[in-house]
Amino acid sequence: MEKTITKNENSDEVRYSDITESRYETGYPDKDSNYPIIRIKSLSKVFKTKSGTVNALDDINLDIYKGEIFGIIGLSGAGKSTLVRCINYLEVPTSGDVIFEGRSMSAANEYQRRQARRAMGMIFQNFNLLSQRNVIKNICFPLEIAGVDRDIAAKKALRLLELVGLSDKASAYPSQLSGGQKQRVAIARAIATEPKLLLCDEATSALDPNTTKQILELLKDINKKLGITVIVITHEMKVIESICDRVAIIADSKIAESGNVADIFSDPKSRIGKKLILEDAVVNCDIVSGKKIRIIFDGRSSFEPVISNLILTTKAPVNILYASTRDIKGKAYGQMVFQIPGDDAEYKRVAAHLDSMGINYEEVTDYDMGQDDD
Amino acid sequence: MIWDKTTIDMILKGIQETFFMVFISSLAAYIIGIPLGIALVVTDKDGIKPFPALNTFLGIVINLIRSVPFLILLVMVTPITKAIVKTTIGVKGVIPPLVMCAAPYIARMVESSIKEVDYGVVEAAKSMGASTMQIITKVLIPEAKPSLLVGASISITTILGYSAMAGFVGGGGLGTIAINYGYYRYETEIMFVTVVLLVVMVQLIQEIGMRFSRFTDKRIR
Repeated sequence: MEKTITKNENSDEVRYSDITESRYETGYPDKDSNYPIIRIKSLSKVFKTKSGTVNALDDINLDIYKGEIFGIIGLSGAGKSTLVRCINYLEVPTSGDVIFEGRSMSAANEYQRRQARRAMGMIFQNFNLLSQRNVIKNICFPLEIAGVDRDIAAKKALRLLELVGLSDKASAYPSQLSGGQKQRVAIARAIATEPKLLLCDEATSALDPNTTKQILELLKDINKKLGITVIVITHEMKVIESICDRVAIIADSKIAESGNVADIFSDPKSRIGKKLILEDAVVNCDIVSGKKIRIIFDGRSSFEPVISNLILTTKAPVNILYASTRDIKGKAYGQMVFQIPGDDAEYKRVAAHLDSMGINYEEVTDYDMGQDDD
Repeated sequence: MIWDKTTIDMILKGIQETFFMVFISSLAAYIIGIPLGIALVVTDKDGIKPFPALNTFLGIVINLIRSVPFLILLVMVTPITKAIVKTTIGVKGVIPPLVMCAAPYIARMVESSIKEVDYGVVEAAKSMGASTMQIITKVLIPEAKPSLLVGASISITTILGYSAMAGFVGGGGLGTIAINYGYYRYETEIMFVTVVLLVVMVQLIQEIGMRFSRFTDKRIR
């Protein structure tokens, strides 16, 4: 079953798929077509507690496609951690189903679920490395569970360690590593069984901004080089912006909205979406009264002197409250919130000008900006 | 009392008997206690294989045995002791009641050590498709090892204490010497020597266990 390991000398890229011990074959007839690797069907989860029942997830429907990086964002308590645990059935949903590679998880027996889990890696906020095992033995762990020969597992672990850039730490113990290094080991461990899917549960929440960036780069790299579909759970918009192709926003146990990251960013429809995207602006703007407008620049309009033109054309004095640019999938997106001190007529002139220039904008109401209680 | 060869030989034999008793009882009690302790954790309602009925049953049995004072238990189980080792006195006669008394104690020690293992690590193992048995042997026991070793040194010193108590019913070892010579015959010197020896043994076991635990714990350093 295992092919022999051959040194890949003419390429500095680490060969990943030399051994295939736990191939989880797709249940779809056409293997090459772009099918949903995960299909979440009207999934609900109810927890029974002493004080009654809690609806952690309520009728969730999502399709996640092969090869994409899919983000699930929400505030704490929104149900996103429960959702990710329902995907690999660490939590068994109360109703609904998860279809992984065309096969139902709810219909699977315990053994089949374990097989499916081996085809889905998972990393955690707290890394969850085995504290009594060194780095290399930690990476060997899932291979050991899958019954891979010890020598082959050790060789493979070394290669994975190289892939995550920690070759010099092979015999270190987790207690001797920094947070970022621990997460790298956890990533190597999670992809050791050559999974098709990598679940990341708040994987960067315990890391500083710089380390977060590096870990996100690594995840992007793994997605590209190894073709592993990645599902990222986070409460930070910047994680979604920097690596995700598509995103679902979850609030109050439901999907508030989902779609391409760029679309959601430029035009969030739901209240929670606005809140997450306008996060920084909220702090800066909610003290100012009067009409406020948020404009969104995409790659094109950021080359034009939009504000200068606006003031020159409409003669309206505007008061810039907040401005920022974000890099979404390599494209620059900017947003700016400004206040129009004048009357309604002035506001209409500004709106008409923006319309004529084809610039995305929306009026920001105090309702959107205000802190809410969830 | 003169410290002649007979006395010294008697004390040396006592040390030997005590060690033997403690060693065999601890070994047997651990063979029973470890699976019991693991079963308590695993079958807990928040465990990896919940089985509330079995969990409650085990809990009650363990508490029942643990609440019987050792000296009473020693007498109570005489028929069982006789059936197993054919005698109720001497070193042999003490081992079965010692095991019976220590096993539930050890089960609780093991339970608390295993419960210290971070649930996140168990969850990670589950996410890799580990079976319940794999989680027990590859995650729970190795991760709890330092704590299990500390627990072992506490359990073994407790067994040593009980073995000395068994001296009252002719259990052999240092406890019997202390009672027969020191207590019944008012030979304070002998009593003093045996007590000091017991203290030294407790210290040794405790210290070795703690050091071993620290030495093998990869979380420190």
